[in-house]
Amino acid sequence: MTTGNGNTQGRAPVGQDPELLRRLLRAKDRMDAASHEEWPVQRLARVSCVSAAHFARSFKEAFGVPPHRYLLTRRIERATALLRDTDRPILDIALQTGWNSLGTFGRVFRDITGESPSELRARQKAATHALDWVPACFVSAAHRPDLTIAVSEKRRQEVSVQNAPTQTGSIKTEEVP
Amino acid sequence: MSQGVGVVGLYVRDQDEAVEFYGKLGFRVHTDARNGDYRWLTVQHPEQPSFQLGLFAPSPPTVDAATAQTLRELVAKGAMPPLVFLVDDCRASYEQMRARGVEFTQEPIDRYGNVDASFRDPSGNGWKMIEARKDPK
Repeated sequence: MTTGNGNTQGRAPVGQDPELLRRLLRAKDRMDAASHEEWPVQRLARVSCVSAAHFARSFKEAFGVPPHRYLLTRRIERATALLRDTDRPILDIALQTGWNSLGTFGRVFRDITGESPSELRARQKAATHALDWVPACFVSAAHRPDLTIAVSEKRRQEVSVQNAPTQTGSIKTEEVP
Repeated sequence: MSQGVGVVGLYVRDQDEAVEFYGKLGFRVHTDARNGDYRWLTVQHPEQPSFQLGLFAPSPPTVDAATAQTLRELVAKGAMPPLVFLVDDCRASYEQMRARGVEFTQEPIDRYGNVDASFRDPSGNGWKMIEARKDPK
């Protein structure tokens, strides 16, 4: 603590311990590096050297979403990139990005992005890309779905507004940070 | 005298730790000046003499204690802006830096002729290491 500045004394900073956050970031990095793998909370907690309960709570506080939902956004981001940049069959892409079945992949993909994998592929192929000069990794991050609500909640909202569709709860897929 | 960017700073949790880390990447200390608790510390890449990378600790008196805490949290969460480190040979640099204990978050990947990898400094600052495609001119 420095001297000569009385205003900063005695005010306990609130927030999370940076040392803990750095370890939580390591778990997030591990999901980023291998989003196709299974990441149960116990496994993530081990990476961060904390208990499973502590991990789940702290991760959400730090990054704004529960770890599982974060993983979903990374998988969809990766699947979106593969749909856009390759001609690989959709089943291959589903298996490669961590889903066990085409059905689950298609349903979650539509819930999050609002269109089916094949619709997205057709639209992306038709679009011209102005982001060619941005390093590929950052472009990919810019297309990461901003999943601010749970997939199940999004599903419920869509059912409830089926007769009067609005933008409520829509996922922004084109947002550039 | 040429014009342009001279210093860009990073926030780090510990300046001694940071200077040791950036030494592993080939940076050398350019300026290390102390005044009480304040320490102006910059490093320089030997191939880029016009640019200094600042390694600054968010702490009073530059910012108040609560702001310093917030900044330390942001850095530790990896929320600071992207950084790019250019190399001639991404795979060779990856092996070399990994052997020196650098924490890589992504192994080298080939993308459209560029090769890139990712690493973090001990504080949480994230770097993308890029070997750019050699365009025949």
